[in-house]
Formats: sequence, C-alpha cells, structure tokens
Amino acid sequence: MASTHTFTKLRYRFIPDHVIGELLSKKWIDNAIPFLVLLCVIAIFGSLIPNFFGGANLAISARELGEFGLVCMAMMVVIIVGGIDLSVGSNFALGNFMTLALLNLGGWPVGLAIPAVVLICGGVGLLNGYLIGFLRLRAFLTTLVTLIIVRAIVDMLLLKYAQAMSVSFYQSDVWDMIGLGGVAEVPSSFIILVIVALIGHVLLTRSRPGWRMMAIGGSRRSAHNIGLSVRGMVCAAYTISGMLCGLAGVLYAARLSGAGTDTGMGLEISALTAAVLGGNSLGGGRGSVAKALIGAVIVLVMTNGVLRIGLNSGSGPMVLGLTLLLAVFIDVRWLKNRDKLLSKVYVSPTYVELPTPRSTSVETGGAFALNDRLGQVEIIGLGEVESPEDVILDDDDYLYCGTRHGDIVRFAPPDYTSWEVYAHIGGSPLGMAFDRAGDLHVCVGGMGLYKIDRARNVGKVTDETNRSAFSVVDDSRLRLADDLDIAPDGRIYFSEATIRYEMHDWPVDALESRGNGRIICYDPKSGKTHTALRNLIFPNGVCLAHDGQSVLFAESWACRVSRLWIAGPKAGQVERVLDALPGYPDNINRASDGSYWCAIMGMRSPALDLALRMPGFRRRMARRIAPDQWLYPNLNIGCVIRFNDKGEVLESLWDQGAKNHPMITSMREHRGYLYLGGITNNRIGRIRLDKADPNWSGMRSYWGQRA
Amino acid sequence: MKRQGDGRRMRVWTRYFNQERIVFALTVLLLILFALTLPKFLAPSNLLSLVRSVAVLGILGLGMLVVVLGRGIDLSLVATMAISVAWSLQLAASGLSVASAMGIGLLLALGMSLVTGILIAYAEIPSLFATLAMATFVYGFGRAHLITGTDVVYLPPNIGMLAGLGQGALFGIPMPIVVAAVVALIAYLFLRYTKPGRFIYAIGDNLASARIGGVPVRPILVAQYVIAGGIAFVAGLVTATSAEAMNTRVVNSNMIYDVILVVVLGGVGLSGGRGNVRNVIVGALLIGVLMNGMTIMDVQYTIQNVIKSLILLLAIVVDSILNPRDEQTGQQGDI
Repeated sequence: MASTHTFTKLRYRFIPDHVIGELLSKKWIDNAIPFLVLLCVIAIFGSLIPNFFGGANLAISARELGEFGLVCMAMMVVIIVGGIDLSVGSNFALGNFMTLALLNLGGWPVGLAIPAVVLICGGVGLLNGYLIGFLRLRAFLTTLVTLIIVRAIVDMLLLKYAQAMSVSFYQSDVWDMIGLGGVAEVPSSFIILVIVALIGHVLLTRSRPGWRMMAIGGSRRSAHNIGLSVRGMVCAAYTISGMLCGLAGVLYAARLSGAGTDTGMGLEISALTAAVLGGNSLGGGRGSVAKALIGAVIVLVMTNGVLRIGLNSGSGPMVLGLTLLLAVFIDVRWLKNRDKLLSKVYVSPTYVELPTPRSTSVETGGAFALNDRLGQVEIIGLGEVESPEDVILDDDDYLYCGTRHGDIVRFAPPDYTSWEVYAHIGGSPLGMAFDRAGDLHVCVGGMGLYKIDRARNVGKVTDETNRSAFSVVDDSRLRLADDLDIAPDGRIYFSEATIRYEMHDWPVDALESRGNGRIICYDPKSGKTHTALRNLIFPNGVCLAHDGQSVLFAESWACRVSRLWIAGPKAGQVERVLDALPGYPDNINRASDGSYWCAIMGMRSPALDLALRMPGFRRRMARRIAPDQWLYPNLNIGCVIRFNDKGEVLESLWDQGAKNHPMITSMREHRGYLYLGGITNNRIGRIRLDKADPNWSGMRSYWGQRA
Repeated sequence: MKRQGDGRRMRVWTRYFNQERIVFALTVLLLILFALTLPKFLAPSNLLSLVRSVAVLGILGLGMLVVVLGRGIDLSLVATMAISVAWSLQLAASGLSVASAMGIGLLLALGMSLVTGILIAYAEIPSLFATLAMATFVYGFGRAHLITGTDVVYLPPNIGMLAGLGQGALFGIPMPIVVAAVVALIAYLFLRYTKPGRFIYAIGDNLASARIGGVPVRPILVAQYVIAGGIAFVAGLVTATSAEAMNTRVVNSNMIYDVILVVVLGGVGLSGGRGNVRNVIVGALLIGVLMNGMTIMDVQYTIQNVIKSLILLLAIVVDSILNPRDEQTGQQGDI
C-alpha cells in the first residue's frame, strides 16, 4: 500500500500531465497533423529514393519549391478570406509567358520586366477581386472563368509569338543568377520564397490588414457589421494572390526559359491540395503561411517522388489521391474534435496528501471548537451588493467592497445604510488594500492589479509579469489576481490564484490541486512586475506581517499559511506558519493585538481529502461526468480564525446556524468591529469585538497616524 | 406610397429575369442571329447535330445537378465515366460477355461514387476536396491496375447492339439525344415526385434543418453521389459508342469545367436547393448553339473557350446584379 502511494506520488510529481492540455490549447498545434504527414512523406520517399537527401537533389527541389510555394501562398491568401482561386495555374502561365516575352522580344531590362509581370498578373487578380469582392460573384465560378480565359489568352499569344521567342535568347547575369544561381548553394528562388513568406507571415499575424483578412474569413457578416470594408479586403486578397502567381511565373521563366501550352496545367489543383493539406480551411478564417508551406512541401515531395520511383503512369495520381483523402480526413476529424479533446484532458489532477485536519469538535475543545459567535452579526447592504469578496475601511470609516458587476461600492458611516458606486472597474474586484496616499489598490479577476486614486480615477497598475522560462502557454498575463498587500517601501505583493483557469472556473482548480498559482511583486519604483514565488497551490490571501519584514500568504487547497520574507536576513525564504487547517484559508488581515485574522472559506471533507490522494479517480470524473456533478470542495460554510506570528490559532468564530454569514472569504478589523465579506454572499456582516482596541484601524496600522 | 408600389413592381420585373430566363433569351437571340447570318444553320440535320454534340455534356450535367442540388459538387464525374467505361470495354475485348462486362463497369462506377459519398457524408470531408481527390485516385487506380497498355480503349468487335447507343437513331433522332432525353425525364421524375428527390432539395436548402426535420441526411448524400456515378457511366457509354473508343485522357481535359458550366449557366445555384432539370437543358442548349455556330463560322477552339466563359461570366454578373447577395444573409464559407 505504502509503495503504491509512493509510486503514485512520484508519477504525478515527475510526469507533467497538464502540459498535454496546454499544448492542445496552443494555436500552432493545428499544424501538428500536417507536419506529421510531412515527416512521414519525407521519411517514406527518403528511404525509397536513393540520393534523396543529396545536395543536388535538394537544390533542385528547393528551386522548384520556390515557385510552387509562392503559388500555394497565393491560394492560401484567398482561402483565408473565404474564397478560392482556380486561376492560379493560368495566371502562373501568363506570368511565365509575359516574362519571357518582355525579356526576349521586348528587350526590357530584368529590373523593369519583373515588376511589370507582377503587375500584369496582379491585374488578373484585381479582376477576380473586383468581380468577387465588389460584385459579390461566386469565387469558384468566377475564377473558373478567369482560369479558362487567361489560359486561352496564353494559348493564343503562344501561337503568335512562340516561334519568335524560341529563336531569341536573353542574356543577363542577373537573370542567370535568379534562374540558376543562388547564395551559397541555396537557390535564389528559395531565398525569394523565404523572404516573401516571412513578410507574408508578419503581415498576416501582426498587421491590421492581416487581422482584418482573418476576421473576414472567420465571419464575413460580423466583419461587415463591425464596419470593416469587406469588399475592399476581399478584392485586395485576390490581387495579392495574382501578384504572387506572377512572381512564381517569373521564377519559373528564369529556371526553364521556355513557354509551352502545358505550363501551369493543373497547378490550381496541386496548389489547392497543398493549401488544404497544410490545414488551411476551405471557407476561410483558418490559415497561415506556415500551413501553406507545409502543404507545398508535402505535395512537391509526393509528386516528384512518385515520378522518381518510376511507378507506372497511374500510380502517381493514385498515391496522391489516397494521401490527400487520408490527410484531409484526419484534419477534418482533428478540427472537429480538438475542442472536445481539450475540454476532456485539460483538467489534470495531481496527487496531494493533506495532513489530518485539526479537530473542530466541541467536546475536545481547542481553538477551532464550533461556536455560534457569528450568530449576532449585523447585516449591511443586504441584497444590495453581490459577491463582496473583500471589504476594507478607510480612515474616515467608509466601508468599501467589490461586487460581481465590476463596481467598487462604498457604504457611508456611521450606520452603513446609504451607499454609492465608488468606481466602476469592469472585472470582478477581489482583494483590496490602501497605500500610503490613500489610493485603493484592487486585484481584479481576469484583469490584473488596478488602482483607484482619491479622485476616483481608475488606472491599471499591472496586468502582466515575466513569462516563465519553460512554460508551454504564455503565463505572463494575469488570469486571476486574488489578494494583495503593500510593503512599507511601496512594493505590492499579490497572489495569482491559478494560471490555468479563468475567474468563473476557479473552483475547478481545486480538482487539480496542482501548484498553479504564484505570488507576484510589483515595484512602483521601477514599474516592473516579477514573479516572486511560483507553483503554489491556489495562493489566496496575502498580508504584510506587523513588522513589515515578511508577507503571510494562504494556500487554499493546501490548507496552510506560509510566510515569505521580503526584508531582513532571511529575505526570499519561505517558512510554514499554519498547517493542517480544517478548511480552506482565504484572505488574511491584521488584527489590533498584533495577531492576524484569517477567513476559512470552506471546510474540508473526508471524501475530497481521499479523492485528492486519487488523481486517477479525479481525472476520470472530470472526463466522464458533467462539471456540475463533480466533487468540489465544500464552500458553503466556513469560519474566521485568529492566529499569531508563531502559528498558534487563538480563536475561531462560527455561524453554526448558517443563517447570517456562513461563507466568509474576507474580514477586516476596524475600530472594535470585524467586517465580513463573502464571495457568494449578497451582504456584508459586522460584529463587535469585545477585547479589541476600539481606536485601531488598518490604515493607521499600516501607514501610521494621519498627518 | 405610389413609389413603393413601383418599387415592388420593379422587383417583380427583375425577379422574372432570373438567370435561366436570361440564358434562354440569349440562346434564342443567338439562334435567330445564326439563323439569319449562317446558311444551313436551321437545316434539320444541323439542328440535330447541334443537340447531339451536347448530349453527353447534358447527361453529365444531370448527374452534376443531382449533386449540386444537395449543396455538393462532384469533380470526379469525368474520371469515373472514363475509367469505368474503359474498363468495361477492355473486359469485353478480353472475352467477357458484353452484358457482364458492362455490369462490372457499372458496379465500379457505383462503387467508386459510393466511396466518395461515404467520405463526404460520414467522414465529413468537404465535397469539393473529396471529389477532387477521388478523381485523382480513380484515374490513377484505373490507369495503374485496370486499364493496361494504351490511353485509348477501342470498342471491341463483339460489342454488338450496344454500339447503337452512340451511333443508332430512333425515328430519325440520334440515339445520344434519346438517351439524354430519357435520363432527363427520369431525373425530372425522381427530383420532382420521389421522396429522396424532395429530400435532396431540403438538404440543399438547409442541411441542419433538414436533419432536424427527420431527413436521413447522410444516406441521401451518399445516394446523390451514387446516382451521379451511375449517370456518369451512361454518359461514358454514349461517348464510347459514338466515338468508337474511350479516351482516358479526357480526365485531364477541361471537360469537368464544361459540365459545371452547363449546370451553372442554366441557373442552378451552387449553394444548393435551387435549380431543376430544365435549367440544365437550357444551359446545354446555349452551349450547343454557341459551339455549333462558332464551328460553322470556323472560330478557333481557344477563342470558342473564351467566348463560352465570357457568356458564363455575363450570366452570373447579370444574375448578381438582378438578385444581389446580401452581406447579412450570405452563407459563411460559401464558395
């Protein structure tokens, strides 16, 4: 038994299951299937064809890839906006012919002929674009028509000029360099492809026009309704496609210097094949340069490979057709099931062994013994505030709390019946703290750390930290900033409860109970944010110790409170303060007598404690049954405890009837009263403390007597 | 108020001129034009050869129609036609009885299109792509394993009566026209009066609501492609018997584009649910009149192509102006 436990412990410690879910949530994982196909194709043909990886063969293939890759990108651009361009093959042939004609017959210099050809082919694209974008014709039919027309024009031109062209021969170093040369064994057409691909990638992923194209492809109607000029962008996409075909035609002309009737015949099918194989969705909205190029390489290797193996005339198309079907089948299935798969594997529980909880029974006594001291809580703002996770009071006795609607609500003393919206933030405000100047700092779930100054201006303090070195997902954005406190020198320490779940899913993190959270420090002097501690199990409440040398923080799902030294000789070290709590600790705040209040937001149950030692069980649960039937921590009843710096729990306050204030996530002591907040409550509570200093306030405890 | 009434009348007027009527008017116009300018154009023998020249295209167009109505497209029609018929002819030449050779060829055509249908209906591969890949595969498979030797398979001498399908005549009307007419009639009856036929329209109109309405969407989709495959085999038989050979290289030609042209020209919507047999007949007739007239005028083949495509372009431009597509109701990914 013990050995299996050790084994499970080690297995969950060293095998990072959660990475699978994170990998699946990455956008580039879309390319995984096409990339695997690419590797298989290269492996198969590489082993079948002798000298496949030889320098000469690679150089020839790379030169061909230069042209074909450009055509595939041309197809990709229009597919992204939800169209299709069947005229790429004819346009390519036109580009090839025009280049040779301008150079050989027209006697134009290379520097002038290339742009001219690109413009001519761009003109064909513009025609497509005008018809499809502005006149709203169907892309398939329209480009089918241009395919036939342009092809016929090329054929007619060939009839007229082919003879004249075959006699003359264009001589130029630049031209030879493009067609036959290259830089250090790398053929120039490949270099041109790389340059165009890089520019295309940046434009598509990081520029306004690129984003607009993706938006139009993703949902044309929405793009139209938010005011994008859909028609213009569609037209532009076809024009770009035409220009890319023209460039490819130039490269082809430079390589072969010949124009025939079969130039670019069927190229539209190969390019379409490549684009779809690479993972660009017909219908738009999903595509990238990388996808187009992966597809281009697959198709090129396959078509050339089948030829080289020397199978009989039918086998080439047969293999191509079969591979296509298989790859697209996998791709379609992948696209359809990716989100399903992701939602199944995202929750990845780990092994947690919690120590036996301290007893709360009345018989044995002790600090946790159940009582009914919260039975006499006065209720403030019943039904007027929703979800006040934290409460805080300023020196003028105003009471502040956050609400789920994204407001900071302020109740006026002395009776706290009238209230106003102090400021509107937008996200759900969680922890709050005042700084020396009286500005209110708020951790906002899903948004980050915000500040409301005394003039009620809301400003962002920080919403990102340094990215972890080995994290698969970008964890630099703050997903769930939870509670904060401010050190005497102005540094703000705050907790981010989990980096794997959004605000509304926070209880799901309990199922994982992995160290998904962190303590982050913002330094106002440098304006920088850095992660001070990571891999904490739902770090929640943060409180500066009375001496200002350390920060106390609660790890909810681990049921413990720890201390992080921020100054003095032990700076940077972490030590345990409280352990084996019977419930899940939430916010921690100072008490007037030099001890600390801590909210226990929910109580542990033997069932969940057992489940925490059975990660496989929790994983099956997350996969097989609906989220509302999962085993969650009990967050219905809790208590408030007081403990000192030595880690001794001094007292606890319960509401056994669970009428007034069962669920507590925060509490503040202020002038002899304790104010209570709870994230699932619709009220704030207040209870008189008998032995407390009636003049003590948090503001003074932190920042001294007001001048 | 009066203005509004005018507007409505205007709208009705433009509605009347849908693509089918425009194309039909164009056909009549051309017919008159050619009749006036070209001698012997109106001669019965010329008119018969005119219709006969587009009979195969028309038959294939009917196969395409069945698929397009269900919001699909079948680019493998020509490949299926060429390979299945060529294999039949080769089997017959190798000594098999004509009937069983034809039966096997038909089974091949139906089997291949069954696979296509399953890929589209059950594996949910987009039809454009699945049929493109199947066309490549069918051609490759046929050339590699079924038809050995040449590209062209000639009619075997034991073909007998079947040769009449391409070369014979019924009451003076060439058999290809008769076959096309029979196929058109069957297709019309099927689409108009049978349950699966109506279901095809329902699926083409709105697949999701058809499914909710209890239409067996996937089997119907498969059936569409199988029907198209069967029609392709018939078209192939007519082609082979009238040319006395089946040239498998036809797969690499523009023929599939011509088939789409015939279908779309008549006003069948590629987005499905819109169109009927009449549209295909009108489209085929226009192409027939054009090609015949231009052949008499001795217009070069490439220029014929250009003119054909320009007419298609004209038809869809006029259609899109008269019946503009709205950004709010346009279907996403509708190419």
